[in-house]
Amino acid sequence: MLYALCFLLFMIGLYCALVKKNMVRIVLGIVIMEYAVNILLIMIGFRIGGEAPILSPPQGLPLKTSLQSVDPLPQALVLTAIVISLGSLALMVSICIRTYQRYGTFDITQIRRLRG
Amino acid sequence: MNGMTIIVKNISSWIKILIFLFGIYITLFGHLTPGGGFAGGVILASSYILLTLAFGKRVTDENLPLWLASRLDCIGALLFLAISLVGFLFGASFFFYNFIQQKYLAQHASDFHLVSAGTIPLSNFAIALKVGASLFMVFLVLSTFRPGEPAQQE
Amino acid sequence: MKIPLPWFVAIPLAAAFVLPMFGEKVRKTSLAIANGTMALLFLFSIFSLGRQDVYLVGRWTIPFGINLVLDGLSELLLLTVSVVSFASMVFSIRYMQRYTGLSKYLSLFLLMVTGMNGVVLSGDLFNLFVFLEIASIASYALVGFGCEHEELEASFKYMVLGSVASMFILFGVAMLYGMTGHLNMAYVSQALQGASLRLPVVFALAMFLAGFSLKAALVPFHAWLPDAHPAAPAPISAMLSGVLIKTLGIYALVRVVFNVFGVSPEQDWSIHLSWLLITLGVLSMVIGVFLAVGQWDFKRLLAYHSISQMGYVVLGIGIGALVIAQGGSHTWAALAILGGLFHLINHAVFKSLLFLTSGSIETATGSRLLKDLGGLAEKLPLTRTTCTIASAAIAGIPPFNGFWSKLLIVLAAVWAGHVWLAAVTVLVSLVTLISFLKVQRYAFLGNTPAHLDSVKENGGSMSWAMGFLACLCVLMGLLLLIPDLKTTILDPAVNTVLNGIQYAGDTIANSR
Repeated sequence: MLYALCFLLFMIGLYCALVKKNMVRIVLGIVIMEYAVNILLIMIGFRIGGEAPILSPPQGLPLKTSLQSVDPLPQALVLTAIVISLGSLALMVSICIRTYQRYGTFDITQIRRLRG
Repeated sequence: MNGMTIIVKNISSWIKILIFLFGIYITLFGHLTPGGGFAGGVILASSYILLTLAFGKRVTDENLPLWLASRLDCIGALLFLAISLVGFLFGASFFFYNFIQQKYLAQHASDFHLVSAGTIPLSNFAIALKVGASLFMVFLVLSTFRPGEPAQQE
Repeated sequence: MKIPLPWFVAIPLAAAFVLPMFGEKVRKTSLAIANGTMALLFLFSIFSLGRQDVYLVGRWTIPFGINLVLDGLSELLLLTVSVVSFASMVFSIRYMQRYTGLSKYLSLFLLMVTGMNGVVLSGDLFNLFVFLEIASIASYALVGFGCEHEELEASFKYMVLGSVASMFILFGVAMLYGMTGHLNMAYVSQALQGASLRLPVVFALAMFLAGFSLKAALVPFHAWLPDAHPAAPAPISAMLSGVLIKTLGIYALVRVVFNVFGVSPEQDWSIHLSWLLITLGVLSMVIGVFLAVGQWDFKRLLAYHSISQMGYVVLGIGIGALVIAQGGSHTWAALAILGGLFHLINHAVFKSLLFLTSGSIETATGSRLLKDLGGLAEKLPLTRTTCTIASAAIAGIPPFNGFWSKLLIVLAAVWAGHVWLAAVTVLVSLVTLISFLKVQRYAFLGNTPAHLDSVKENGGSMSWAMGFLACLCVLMGLLLLIPDLKTTILDPAVNTVLNGIQYAGDTIANSR
């Protein structure tokens, strides 16, 4: 059920990215999609009542049973995905700024030199 | 840009050192506690961003200008690559050979100490350098472009 | 010589970060380093032909560690990437003289090559996504490199649709991880074969299909390509059309569909999937080519042809999948897949050559609108010759490479019992020929306009790059005709696709 909500959020982001006319809102739509996927990944790794998968000196090695801790792999994936989305977000925002300098507007219906 | 009021300037000149130190702490203890190169790098970058916001762009131009940040960015990436390649010199013909751990630290059981985990702290340092410099560069580049002004040379 | 696989990623990455250290002053050194890197990668990819290898990064065993896999399909794509990027890099030496920011350009170029090599070699799904994003982000920046009105607009469009595609792919990866608990392709594939839940698997597959089709610009998803590819500098257009849409789109699609999900008669969705691929292929072929005929901008025309030609590749692979899914003879399936993959590398060569010639014309005359050109046959003899060769190749005229791969696809369609597919293929080929006759007529023949009287041929590195690719266009038919070359280069790739989910077993066995 929660996974379906993630997909709903994903679709909201997609709607925002494809339908809105303002460049900044399109960028925000893509960011919402990214967060939807990140939440999905975190939820896949989550375990109710689980502990943080960090070893600390009193317990030490060896690992306790893996069933007791939250799956750490999706968290690493999300961290990587956030870094990547940071890079592409910075590029998108800079392209938006340059476009605004050229055209004087964020409205994509007025930014139409390419046709056909 | 002359920066903000005297209150902000005074406080941030104290805070910036703490933030910077916290960034270094997070980076160095990345293999023991939550954190690591990326988080530490972000904190390092944020101390410089605070500096820019409080004191204006001229101060950062003297401390960490764009060209220096760009060089640090590249050095961080190359350092990380070098760490992964150094393993080839230490007898093992594969990437990311944790040569320090395998050759020197494995004899002494030193888990949960600062000097442990071999090359991982070094990689963390390289990543912090890379992330800190590039995030600060992103901030600087985006903040210097003013919408409305004609396009300027880079 | 056994080259460690991570070098294919590490060398261009190192070069990409070394170059900005020099700054803008030392153009010659930067160009020398970049070209040296490309030549080295070219040599490496030739040396690693005919090798089956799994590389465990940091010697962590799979499924716990990251692995790089070199098999037939990877080798083929690796070779294609290095050939096209080498030629484009040589072309850039002369072409980039009129741009500033050379070291940024070279750095982004090398990052793009890093990403593509990584995508081709990666053995687990998340790294596939990471490298795909590296290549994509570098290409977004390169499309907007000129920072003029059209380029920014095209770059924004490309970036929005590219990011949406990446998110689809990441969603698919997340779903697969949730279902199987693995990211390694081999283990995911094994776990999926025993999966009991049918709906989530199909849903994840749909996510991957949408994402990779967007990256490959197949027809319902093609809106960004005709804007993005012409806006980039010519060598980058050659890279984007030549290899980027293939590695990020087609290669990843084939890898995920055939090797991870597996197409087999037992799975009832296989037939629907193959028909979907065939539909996408036919739509791309037909719509792409008819949109191309009406174009007057040379590079835009070429970009529409890229869509059309990607349709051929997907059609060939789709027919192969259909034959496998219906439980037909593997010989005919192999023929169809061979046609598709062979057309993929042929298209990489002739389309990048066409984009390079368009760059040569643009440098010489300052325009790429066909109506402004004319009578260039005598002014630009080398460009004219290479452009004619490449046009003949793309239209499928016999001795050139495009003919052989189209022939294979037509034969496979006929033998699979779908004569109408063969008819459509031939028809599209004819329309392609018409549109390239138009290019020849308006650009090279006819009267020379007055403002083009003083046009001179671009010598130096541009002619070397174009000559190299033109020779390949003529000679690549030999890949099919000489049995030794066929068994070392093409057959391993076809077998990788044909064997499907045996990939998992092979990878796990090789990594021991």
